[in-house]
Amino acid sequence: MEITRQPGNGNLALSTLRKRKRKKGEAWVPYLLIAPTVLLIAGILIFPIFRVFDLSVQSYDFTRLQDAGYIGLENFRHIFTQDDLFYSTLVTTLKWVFSEVALQLVFGLIVALLLNQSFRLRGLVRSLVLVPWAVSGVLTTMLWSLMFNQHIGIINDILLKLGIIHEKIAWLANPGTVFGSVVFAELWRGIPFFAITLLAALQTIPHEVYESCEVDGAGKLKKLFHITLPYLKESIIFATLLRAIWEFNSIDMIFTMTNGGPMDMTTTLPIYMMKTSILEGNYGYGSALGVVTFLFLMIFVILYLKLNRAGGMQDE
Amino acid sequence: MSSKTARRIGSKLLFYIPLALTLILVLVPFLWAISTSLKRESDIMSPVIHYLPQPITFANYISVWNENSFSQYFLNSVLVSVMSVVVITLLSVMNGYAMSRFKFKGKSAFMLILLATQMMPVILFVIPLFLIFKNLGLINTPYSLVLFYIVLQVPFNTILMQGFISSTPKEIDEAGMVDGAGRFRIIMTIIAPIVLPGIVATSAFAFIGVWNEFLVAFSFITTPDRFTIPIGLKFMIGEFSVQYASLAAGSIIGLIPPVLLFMYIQRYLVEGLGGAVKG
Repeated sequence: MEITRQPGNGNLALSTLRKRKRKKGEAWVPYLLIAPTVLLIAGILIFPIFRVFDLSVQSYDFTRLQDAGYIGLENFRHIFTQDDLFYSTLVTTLKWVFSEVALQLVFGLIVALLLNQSFRLRGLVRSLVLVPWAVSGVLTTMLWSLMFNQHIGIINDILLKLGIIHEKIAWLANPGTVFGSVVFAELWRGIPFFAITLLAALQTIPHEVYESCEVDGAGKLKKLFHITLPYLKESIIFATLLRAIWEFNSIDMIFTMTNGGPMDMTTTLPIYMMKTSILEGNYGYGSALGVVTFLFLMIFVILYLKLNRAGGMQDE
Repeated sequence: MSSKTARRIGSKLLFYIPLALTLILVLVPFLWAISTSLKRESDIMSPVIHYLPQPITFANYISVWNENSFSQYFLNSVLVSVMSVVVITLLSVMNGYAMSRFKFKGKSAFMLILLATQMMPVILFVIPLFLIFKNLGLINTPYSLVLFYIVLQVPFNTILMQGFISSTPKEIDEAGMVDGAGRFRIIMTIIAPIVLPGIVATSAFAFIGVWNEFLVAFSFITTPDRFTIPIGLKFMIGEFSVQYASLAAGSIIGLIPPVLLFMYIQRYLVEGLGGAVKG
């Protein structure tokens, strides 16, 4: 111990000894560095997951606490055999995830390609185009509620002036338009998010690849399909899966925009869970819904890990 | 020759028209909110829609700040965000350093757990944590939010931080060690200053995430004096008679911090993600 404290001035034996000692003594360092995070994750995320599974086999309703207790799989039986709302929210969730991810992928790619070109004021334009990424679900709701509003909104006014519609539409109260309206608003902040990921990936493509392709006289479309897209393949898969999970779980936008209505038409599975547990106090049933959602998401996660591993192996 | 020029103009149009359309679609909601926030409430409800405020008034900003206790929400948001971001940043640097400089048993398991946290529905944790925090007396305190936000944000920030730290040469650590510095001193006095842009970027990223968070705050905070901005706004729109001008003004106030930060970090973020993608 004392040896390591001495200043090593040229003494070869001493300094190698010191180095070896340090190497040995350093085995703990990485664990010490990650320990706080591991403890927090264990306490705040892993332990509660078990609690959710535990709650899901109980009757635990704040409004009927006298019936509290373990009831086996009763909650799950109810979900799958008697809960029509569960099936309709599941369909809404899948519709929501699919339309968001597909549209964000297509338009995100277009925006990323546009912003990857060199043009005047590119830095400024990039900041402006990508900025909705920083806007929260609730704030997105506020901005779009002002636009969609039947009386004071700019959308009705523009469409009326263009002669596309002939009377003002209550976009968020009308069962025919509410879903599309929320999808559109979410795209507004989702496309920039996707575009950032793809833009990052685009910047890792070496210039030489394009140059050698240009020598061969390839056109723009050819370059897109033969170089850019193959290069982006992994990022696209990565981003698509992450976004699918993210959109599956997203609550803030839909909930603040429509409260899940009208007539539960925009209630997705997470919103149904939140309403059942947090707002109505039925923690048992809400947890059972959570477990079902968890199992659904596991499909995405396993898919992601499989693809990630496959991609990683290609690299090595 | 002329067909060649025509094609060049055509390809220019194919670039600038979609770009202009994108810009318009992105900016109009902001501009409409700004315009609405500067109108008088009575002008907004008039049957003829004016695109520009006539006359311009700042009364909505003043009233939303004072009357709707928006100043309190703003203060709460700042408090929660700053507390969270300080810890998030510290932990991310520590984790990022461990991940980029050491090979250790359980490293890939740790990485897997970090990734897995990004895939779980937050609502799943909210239900049991609400019950646990309630027993601990943490519900309706900023600490319940701070604890949860740290866990939600650290994983992604760690991955970003790892990318930044990996791009610094290992030799500088060794030079530090020769001078007799311990690992913690190396992190604080050598690595941290070098990756400062990365640290600023990741903490700004964390700040945006925390500032915007809705679900956890909505579930854990129960009295208006503890509301953060998203919750305050949610309840403003829930009221029966919506004051649109005040709502617009409140939204603009809530937008300013994350939007300014984003403009600042946008470049680093694309770089950092590029690094993360390359692995």
